[in-house]
Amino acid sequence: MSPANYPAGYRYTKDHEWINVEGSVGTIGITDYAQHELGDVVFVELPKLGAQIKTGQSFGTVESVKAVSDVFSPVSGEVTETNSLLSDSPEKVNQDPHGTAWLIKVKLADPKEVISLMDAAAYQAYVDEKTQEQSA
Amino acid sequence: MRYLPKSPSERQEMLAAIGVDSIEELFQTIPEKFRLREPLPLPGPLSEMEIIQYFKDRAAENATDCTSFLGAGVYQHLRSVVTDAMVQRGEFLTSYTPYQAEISQGTLTAIFEFQTLMSQLTGQEVANASMYDGSTALTEAVLMAERITGRNKVLVARSVHPEYRQVLDTYAKNLGLEIEEFGYTSSGQADRKALTGEKLANAAAVVVLSPNFFGVLEEIPALADAAHSGGALLVTTIAEPVSLGIVRPPAEADIVAMEGQAFGVAPSYGGPFVGVIATREKFVRQMPGRLAGQTTDTAGRRGFVLTLATREQHIRREKATSNICTNEALFALVATVHLCLLGKEGLREMALQNVAKAQFAIAELEKIPGVRRAFSGRVFNEFVLEFPRSVKMINAALLREKIIGPLAIGAHYPDLTKRGLLCVTESMPRTEIERLATAIRRILDSPI
Repeated sequence: MSPANYPAGYRYTKDHEWINVEGSVGTIGITDYAQHELGDVVFVELPKLGAQIKTGQSFGTVESVKAVSDVFSPVSGEVTETNSLLSDSPEKVNQDPHGTAWLIKVKLADPKEVISLMDAAAYQAYVDEKTQEQSA
Repeated sequence: MRYLPKSPSERQEMLAAIGVDSIEELFQTIPEKFRLREPLPLPGPLSEMEIIQYFKDRAAENATDCTSFLGAGVYQHLRSVVTDAMVQRGEFLTSYTPYQAEISQGTLTAIFEFQTLMSQLTGQEVANASMYDGSTALTEAVLMAERITGRNKVLVARSVHPEYRQVLDTYAKNLGLEIEEFGYTSSGQADRKALTGEKLANAAAVVVLSPNFFGVLEEIPALADAAHSGGALLVTTIAEPVSLGIVRPPAEADIVAMEGQAFGVAPSYGGPFVGVIATREKFVRQMPGRLAGQTTDTAGRRGFVLTLATREQHIRREKATSNICTNEALFALVATVHLCLLGKEGLREMALQNVAKAQFAIAELEKIPGVRRAFSGRVFNEFVLEFPRSVKMINAALLREKIIGPLAIGAHYPDLTKRGLLCVTESMPRTEIERLATAIRRILDSPI
């Protein structure tokens, strides 16, 4: 696996979601590692606008040719936008997971929540460890 | 995979892994009084000859010499021996759960044809590989509506089959579904005016049956408009699908739950039958049950597979859309062969004959003083009549003449005593309809 470029400004979870906070709004997606583990993504199920989501709880699913995985929210808040691009082009999750294939935007209930999440360097180390475990 | 029983040590290991001491502990949620503590009181084993005699005796109890005017969810239609011959062909005797597309093309092709026929008949975009029967299909359709809308109230017309409603109630009881019923008008149709904005608040679905339990056809487009105006889906149930040979398909419904027995499956002892769920393509991921799909193999040839299995329990576990992991493959095949034999024109002709014979029966029976239709709405092959005497009394007298008469619906509708539901299909000879009318006239003429 080629080293992925995990954006420095993002925060990451152990379940392989990222969040990018701008003001009081967080954009959430799944990481390059997650999309690689899933394989070809064929369907993305996202919550309704206005839905209240909670830290650590599933807010949607990403379905690939080999599995369906829940996506767990890194934060609590209200869904203000969902990525309509993904209903017609779910493969974008494989192609550009940290960019155009973001999943939802959330109005944060508590902006301080993200501080406890991993930064890019910590996440890279976490993923490296995972990869080593698998090849061991 | 080995199909060997677990050893005691393996069992202990598994129990330890899930943190319980004994298998008994897993059954703790079942109240003590329902737990079996001794062997079932079953009779001892019988020899082969004794068993054959037992079943001959039971078969002799069938009322084969009677003419039946019963319908109410189970219908006597003409069926061909060709169907029985076709469905017993070896090509269809493959494993009933066709996971392995490479060895199950016969079964998968038949299921795909079944789904195609069901979609065309119901006016929906996608139909599944089948459900257990009409009543469980209805319940699954309601649960589907709950998932789609995120609401948990269900408005069910009282003109829906009472037993279908019982099945729904049983499921709903422990699922947090709130079931509210609404009435019917003097035409026998579901009372659309009852579907007010207030009533529809938080409603996931409006549920109707068409033709309904009184035999009356519902106005699906208007009901769909009413349901949609309050943000609810319209779930249309069909218990008598032969009606689709002539009635406009319920294309405006969001989910159709259907009983397919009338398509070539004998009434038997009230089952087993075959249910169907059909819906709009945008709801397909919330659909329960198996789904066969068309694809191409590596050589570019047309082939069939089970598809969208990620909705199902063997993949999604507790998050599956349903715990149904099978289909009624044999009866789905019967329905497919039966419909292919009839063809479009044949089904239409069959449906027309149902209407004609039912209308003839209504005309003959309404000539009897005191007998009249209870509802004014348009019917297919069933209708409710109001009698001047108790239906039970009339039926007891009819049975002496080898006629199984109308279903007394007062048992299900306390406000509808002295009303009987009759069914007349294409299989009913004109002379038998006349014999029924003569017999009822004589019974009502005689002093009580």
